[in-house]
Amino acid sequence: MSRRHTDPRQNSAALRPGPQDPAVQALVRLSRTASGSRLSRRSLLAGAGGMGVASLLAACGTGGGTTPSGAATSSAALTAATDVSDTEKTVRWSNWTLYLDYNDSAGSYPTLEAFQEESGIDVSYTEDIDSNDSYFGKYQNQLAGGQDIGADIITLTDWMAARLIRLGYVQELDSANMPNAKNLLANYRDVEWDAGRKHSLTWQGGFTGLAWTKADVPQGLRTLDDLWDPQLKGRVVVLDEMLDTVGLLMMADGVDISGDWGDDEFDTALETLKKHIASGQIRQVKGNAYKEDLISGDALAVIGWSGDITQLNFENGDRWDFALPDSGGTLWADNLMVPMGATHKKNAETLFDHYYDPAVAAEVAAYVNYICPVEGAREEMEKTDPELAENPMIFPTDEYLSKARVMRSLTPEEDTKYNQAFQQAIGN
Amino acid sequence: MSAGTETRALARVAQAQAASPQPGEGGSRRRRKTNAVTEPEGRRGKAGYGLVSPGLIYLLLFFILPVFTLLATSLYVKPPGADVGQFAPALEFGNYAVVLGGYWTELLRSFWFALLATVLCLVIGYPMAYLIAVRLRGHAFLQGLLLVLLIAPFFTSFVLRTQAWKQILADQGFVVQTLKTLNLMPDGASLTTTSVAVVAGLTYNFLPFMVLPIYANLQGLDSRLLEAGQDLYANGVTTFRTVTFPMSMPGVLAGTLLTFIPASGDFVNAAILGNNRNTTMIGQVIESKFMRVLDYPGAAALSFILMVAILILVTLYVRRFGTRDLV
Repeated sequence: MSRRHTDPRQNSAALRPGPQDPAVQALVRLSRTASGSRLSRRSLLAGAGGMGVASLLAACGTGGGTTPSGAATSSAALTAATDVSDTEKTVRWSNWTLYLDYNDSAGSYPTLEAFQEESGIDVSYTEDIDSNDSYFGKYQNQLAGGQDIGADIITLTDWMAARLIRLGYVQELDSANMPNAKNLLANYRDVEWDAGRKHSLTWQGGFTGLAWTKADVPQGLRTLDDLWDPQLKGRVVVLDEMLDTVGLLMMADGVDISGDWGDDEFDTALETLKKHIASGQIRQVKGNAYKEDLISGDALAVIGWSGDITQLNFENGDRWDFALPDSGGTLWADNLMVPMGATHKKNAETLFDHYYDPAVAAEVAAYVNYICPVEGAREEMEKTDPELAENPMIFPTDEYLSKARVMRSLTPEEDTKYNQAFQQAIGN
Repeated sequence: MSAGTETRALARVAQAQAASPQPGEGGSRRRRKTNAVTEPEGRRGKAGYGLVSPGLIYLLLFFILPVFTLLATSLYVKPPGADVGQFAPALEFGNYAVVLGGYWTELLRSFWFALLATVLCLVIGYPMAYLIAVRLRGHAFLQGLLLVLLIAPFFTSFVLRTQAWKQILADQGFVVQTLKTLNLMPDGASLTTTSVAVVAGLTYNFLPFMVLPIYANLQGLDSRLLEAGQDLYANGVTTFRTVTFPMSMPGVLAGTLLTFIPASGDFVNAAILGNNRNTTMIGQVIESKFMRVLDYPGAAALSFILMVAILILVTLYVRRFGTRDLV
């Protein structure tokens, strides 16, 4: 569900040097603009930087997230920090890398610039979310104490958003400050973990499904069983995000992941995973770095994320295909939230409002290639790039949506238990 | 007297020489004694404490304190109904039994991989250090060049270099394809995602830590002792075995420790070059427990076990092979 992007400015230089010649650069820019303003800059080496951060955290994480005894049993209600939005015209946003439209040549985020000009609010935008787990691990102590974590807006995936809301770590949003929020697509409007979307707003969404290298798997992949084809032995990579991989496996067993399932269904799916890890059918279980394996050819078939494949094809030639398995794929989203300790809630809401303007949303979607949650954005994109507006990864068709399910939320006990079991199954 | 006994005697002389104070540094030991008579012990002591205190405070803040927090955390329990990552202080020693029972294979594997990597580093690194320090004596430029080459990898991120190896050894990469064309590798086999790849990665990444201390030590090797060995009809191997190697033990000891200790706790190599079946190292487990499962007590207990195990292994090793200079 989460994507671990790393900053390409630091990584791509090592293995994928870009053209240095100014003339070549100009050509590249031209070709990109010509093919539909998809200025994609995704990292191919993602995961590497994440590892560094994780190791740093592991090294200094001793007891870091252990809550004081008081907070352990009763989630003592936190109170929101005083909002100084009116006096301090600034807002701090933490997001994943390459999750906002970026202009290479100008070195700026066009939609963000527009917002700053329009509202007079200065945005400090940081791409410091590398994985839901590590972000939570890093800030849990401060979040639990209601302290300021240095961000007014955080962007986290459904299940993590559910956890934060459950724990009372985020503030309630004021819809009066964001009239555009009514543009949220109907299927995102009511989620079980945040009834009425009081604490969160969808940023972008995506599908988890199967992807493969077209040249090596010409027949494509239709079911999870196709992944276990002996011809693909040692060339299959699956995601280390528990809900994605296990979710797809459970759906292959005929389980409705949005409904009533429990330990038995989970264990059966996990056994399947263990079996194929033990046999060597699965080469590795990993996060965002699966993209590198697709590029290097180490992986020919993967469980992966929809937007990534579009990006890969764009950057490396049209070599891969993505589909939801016949048994179904998962539908997820990343959500904007304001932590309890944040001091610029109103400014944050003003920013949310800006991004729920359909025209702005279309601009972002054209760059990130993930599902746009804003009503009317498709019509806006039809004006600028009719071809891209037909892309089911950005504006999913009913046929696509009918094959996708949203994972139900986990109870605190399940959250701990399943994570532990999954990590053990993948050898950690 | 045979050549053998002669050389042994020589080696004893060499060792005695190494142990006795050298004009430059060792002399201080004697001077201290004389100073103690002329200068009041108290004042010297105070000045000494003053100079040492920044280091002591540093250790207290950044080592002792975290170790105690780690120890405390490792004994926490999860109260009933607590949410993810919430724990209460307690004295639950059972945590240790649980993680030890669950992860002893990963623990042993880490030490095994680290040991292999250390031995490989020594075998590869010693000749390198010898070449630079002894053979190229007097060729300042070449020595400098080789030293820079040795340190150069540090200019790039450790993770990135490991990642680069993964690309180089990829299934459809040049190396594997060539080996397969030459029938040196079976068709379905890979170089990455194997334990060989993990140990090779560890060896590669920690090699400079082995070479540098040995180089620093061999630099001070008195070449007259080697000549004396030849004069006494010892062949090259005997001279090395009885003179050079024993005298370089402090460097070897430092190098092996600098390689073995971080290698046993490393998780980057196993995560990037390993698989999910039989290459998991204990560092990966600790990372996943801290960052993903949010089982802080379990992670802390494992870290503590790792620390104590390394301490025991290193103490035994130093007791056995240590020289007076180091211990």
